[in-house]
Amino acid sequence: MTDSGPATEQLPVIARFEVRYRNYLAPDGSVNRQLPAFASDTGLLVALYRAMVLVRTFDLKAVALQRTGRLGTYAVSLGQEAASVGVASAMREEDVLLPSYRDNAALIWRGVGLDEILLFWGGDERGNHFSGPIQDFPFCIPVGSQAPHAAGVAYAFKLRKEPRVAVCLFGDGATSKGDVFEAMNFAGVHKLPVVFVVTNNQWAISVPLRLQTASETLAQKAIAAGFTGEQVDGNDVVAMRAAAEDAIDAARKGQGPRFIEAVTYRLGDHTTADDAARYRPADEVQARWKDEPIARLRSYLAGRNAWDKAKEEQLITECQTKIETAVERYLATGPRAPETMFDHLYAILPKAYAAQREDIKGGD
Amino acid sequence: MPQVTLVEAVNMALARAMEDDPSVVVLGEDVGINGGVFRATVGLQQRFGAQRVLDTPLAELLISGVCVGMATQGLRPVGEIQFMGFIYPCIDQLVNHASRLRNRTQGRLSCPMVLRVPHGGGIRAPEHHSESAEAMLAHIPGLRVVIPSSPERAYGLLLAAIRDPDPVVFLEPTRIYRTAKSEVEDNGEALPLDVAFVLREGRDVTLISWGAMVKETLGAAEALDAEGISAEVIDLATLKPYDEETLLGSVTKTGRCVVVHEAARTGGFGAEIAAFVAERGLTSLLAPIARVTGYDTVIPLPRLEQHYIPSVGRIVAAGRKACQFT
Repeated sequence: MTDSGPATEQLPVIARFEVRYRNYLAPDGSVNRQLPAFASDTGLLVALYRAMVLVRTFDLKAVALQRTGRLGTYAVSLGQEAASVGVASAMREEDVLLPSYRDNAALIWRGVGLDEILLFWGGDERGNHFSGPIQDFPFCIPVGSQAPHAAGVAYAFKLRKEPRVAVCLFGDGATSKGDVFEAMNFAGVHKLPVVFVVTNNQWAISVPLRLQTASETLAQKAIAAGFTGEQVDGNDVVAMRAAAEDAIDAARKGQGPRFIEAVTYRLGDHTTADDAARYRPADEVQARWKDEPIARLRSYLAGRNAWDKAKEEQLITECQTKIETAVERYLATGPRAPETMFDHLYAILPKAYAAQREDIKGGD
Repeated sequence: MPQVTLVEAVNMALARAMEDDPSVVVLGEDVGINGGVFRATVGLQQRFGAQRVLDTPLAELLISGVCVGMATQGLRPVGEIQFMGFIYPCIDQLVNHASRLRNRTQGRLSCPMVLRVPHGGGIRAPEHHSESAEAMLAHIPGLRVVIPSSPERAYGLLLAAIRDPDPVVFLEPTRIYRTAKSEVEDNGEALPLDVAFVLREGRDVTLISWGAMVKETLGAAEALDAEGISAEVIDLATLKPYDEETLLGSVTKTGRCVVVHEAARTGGFGAEIAAFVAERGLTSLLAPIARVTGYDTVIPLPRLEQHYIPSVGRIVAAGRKACQFT
């Protein structure tokens, strides 16, 4: 026997941590626990519902455009609309959103035009010069690399004593990247007004969560950075809105960063360039349809006589009209003049590149 | 006026910028109470407080990424990377974000940040400290890459970099951090970016260099002068975008061009200069363009690094050979 002192289990415990889980609405729309105060505002719940339906309807159209060669690669939100909508709806206009590429719903909530989103995915940078809040970030495609920006934005708020919050959205794959942890760690040190939200949709393209991490939850990753991580039913928009409201409120009050894990499921392919059937059994996907967020809120609202078939039909028509108008505007937008690729490279184009700009103007 | 070293001039410029503009923020590893590993930020935290001069966690990607976020909010962050060998985790942030945020958003967001990075070898530093990765950075559209070779230019160019509305990587030649000394007036006047400096006029050959190698290049010009060869010496100073007119004007006059840099030869920035001169100045060339560079090896540890860094002798030989070419 070695003389290494007492057995490990006899050593004193110096720290314990817990992760809480938030859910209000069950998949059938029934209520599991007392609803947050805002839920008494039926108008707000209907607005959340409408936003989720709009993005789902929009996604269908976007995929149709892509399949017919009129849009580039596109990432649908199918199944995870509640996470983006719930979080965005808890933000103030003056807060700053730092979205991932699957957060169409959050951008739309914040006022970005459907035509602008199409313009971006249709291959035109002008889509990022959008009509949402002017300081919001564009979609971030290199996974998790926007997390340090969120920390920098929040540092500026804190330095200037502005009561604003940076809200950063990313997926489960991003939690494997140093970027995300480095940002969270820094935010913890400086108690920055930033909320990190991981939309845990279980799949990073073809890699399932169990190959992404051995962590029991993603929420617990915040604990190592010194702040609270909460796991939320990401298919319950009421829970998402409530968790985001709490976290954003705390951050605004100077209580430091928070982390929210929205547990949901990517019902669609990763993007239009992906075929999830290659790596994901159809019955797994089928089984997760019962949890999806839109039917859940609809059942709840219907149970309160706040929604019915006629309203649903009217909403679909409204969405389709809005989408058709956006599509027309998008398709009518011609490409920029080629030389404009130089125009926002620097504040003022350096003399050294003026000749190249002239070259491209001349064409071939 | 007192004589100051190059690193002291950097410190003066930082203090001046922070004094003049409350949006200037300095961040990096050990930049606070310790004043930076090279003492470039000494005294700044005491003077401007820990909120504006902050010690970051030990994470270079974070430093560059936080600078991007701060810059979009109208701050003027000046990040410090301790040695060039540690800049590589920042490449994603520099390439994918800092340099293209303005373009991605068509001018809605911009990124007026500076990343200060000690550059080059020759100070007997440990492994992974002595890199000269300027060519890699100069390849990135939307970025500026600046490197001073004297205390005056360190002061004036750093002020310009901090005031510039776009991201600048500001390289600082460690080998001459303390050996280069001159009078620098702390008058808050910036020097122009994108402009090369003619340090010595000459008729027979143009020697182009930047950073610490300017010292050996000037030494070579002296030696060539003793042989009756009149060398013009240009400090490129801004590598991206570089001053085409000054280079072309000089080579047109001398007909000979030697580029000197410490980094490895293949794909080094000398290749860009050589290509440019060949494209635009071929008819005035009287001799092949020559490159005097580090070898295509990893920069050796201190026991051999003096054999890697181009010597005065190698530059003189190249200049002489160009002038003897028939």
